[in-house]
Amino acid sequence: MAKHKIRVTVNGEAREGEVESRLLLVHFLREMLRLTGTHIGCDTSHCGACTVLLDGKPVKSCTVLAVQADGRQVMTVEGLEKDGKLHPIQEGFFQEHGLQCGYCTPGMMMTGYALLQTNQKPTEGDIRQAISGNLCRCTGYVNIVKSVQHAAEAMAASVK
Amino acid sequence: MIPAAFDYHAPGSLAEAIELLGKYGDAKVLSGGQSLLPLLKLRLGSAGHLIDINKVPGLEYIKEDGGFLKIGGRTREHALEESELIHKKYPILSDTARVIADPIVRNLATIGGNLAHGDPANDHPATMLALGATVVATGKKGERTIPIDKFFTGLFETALGHDEILTEIRIPAAQGKSGGAYVKLERKVGDFATAGVAAQLTLGAGGEITKAGIALTNAGLVPIKAADAEKFLQGKKPDAAAIGEAAKLAANATDPQPDRRGNVDYKKEMERVLTTRALTKAAQRAQGA
Repeated sequence: MAKHKIRVTVNGEAREGEVESRLLLVHFLREMLRLTGTHIGCDTSHCGACTVLLDGKPVKSCTVLAVQADGRQVMTVEGLEKDGKLHPIQEGFFQEHGLQCGYCTPGMMMTGYALLQTNQKPTEGDIRQAISGNLCRCTGYVNIVKSVQHAAEAMAASVK
Repeated sequence: MIPAAFDYHAPGSLAEAIELLGKYGDAKVLSGGQSLLPLLKLRLGSAGHLIDINKVPGLEYIKEDGGFLKIGGRTREHALEESELIHKKYPILSDTARVIADPIVRNLATIGGNLAHGDPANDHPATMLALGATVVATGKKGERTIPIDKFFTGLFETALGHDEILTEIRIPAAQGKSGGAYVKLERKVGDFATAGVAAQLTLGAGGEITKAGIALTNAGLVPIKAADAEKFLQGKKPDAAAIGEAAKLAANATDPQPDRRGNVDYKKEMERVLTTRALTKAAQRAQGA
């Protein structure tokens, strides 16, 4: 079984690795690049804890092969913070108590971030629809929705 | 979970992909991967070689052409959800795409994969049966077409040859007073259907049904076409009495398996109820067309 040399732009930085065909993207990120912010939850593409952006779109990185990311852009939760400043989506989860145990949070934030790229003024329904593939077991959906709304408002205010 | 080892190939052309399939007897096509990769990870299936078709150009499109709605095999579910053409003229397809898995999975999942996987719990098979679609399979000798009612040959089995790729789905273009709907009962977003029903109706000048397509999801070992119910509706007005009777006939055609989603009696009853709803919505849409 041949290994593949892959080159992936992760959070704006060119990263390389030599991977087995069967290596999943989430393991490449966590174990080879040591970017452990992306979590492995159910490992069966249900829970969304492993959500990252692949060429700007949220995908479940437990259900994508690392070799499929070759030549593409990946953004993980580590890519949200810039120069020591939290991204509004992170600030939103912090301010609105959008997490309890925090396990689902990286996936929730990446999905929320992706939503806000295409929909600057999401309704509660839009947010609930967007995060319907991300499970929170601390029953925190009310605060998660508020967190995304908080981020939307902050982002709108910063544009003005 | 880690899949058993396999070799990975990412051909840049359809011809090359077909050649690789022919070369390796234990190869599988990787399209969106949202069914195949979980299957390999759970080790319910195995493959010596994965032929990734994501670098093959020209497999993602939605267009009307020559009396058909043509959808490229690798078209993402998300693209179906977003398409204005689908939304306006083929709402049964946006109904279907919107209830497949969840929004994140739908960014990768493809319509061709949903059909070629041959899973009776998938949602597109019933919709395609109701619409009377045709599948285009491309192999070494070129293209051939397979009517959808000859496509699903068994549990996880289809009429596709080993070295064929599902490259296009053709649906008769919407015309006249026609409309369809897909309704699904699921325990939560991302679950397979407890019951799901696709209905497509064409109405004549007097409002009578000139053509009916009805099919059911997760109601047997293959997607079920409710032929008796379709025949019954022929020539009738889509009123509550006719729809109610057709729904009973459709539920009778099913053979659901008991599981955590419910026992056989419950599922058959839900199939009846959902058939009523799908036909009612299809009739409303046809009348509004």
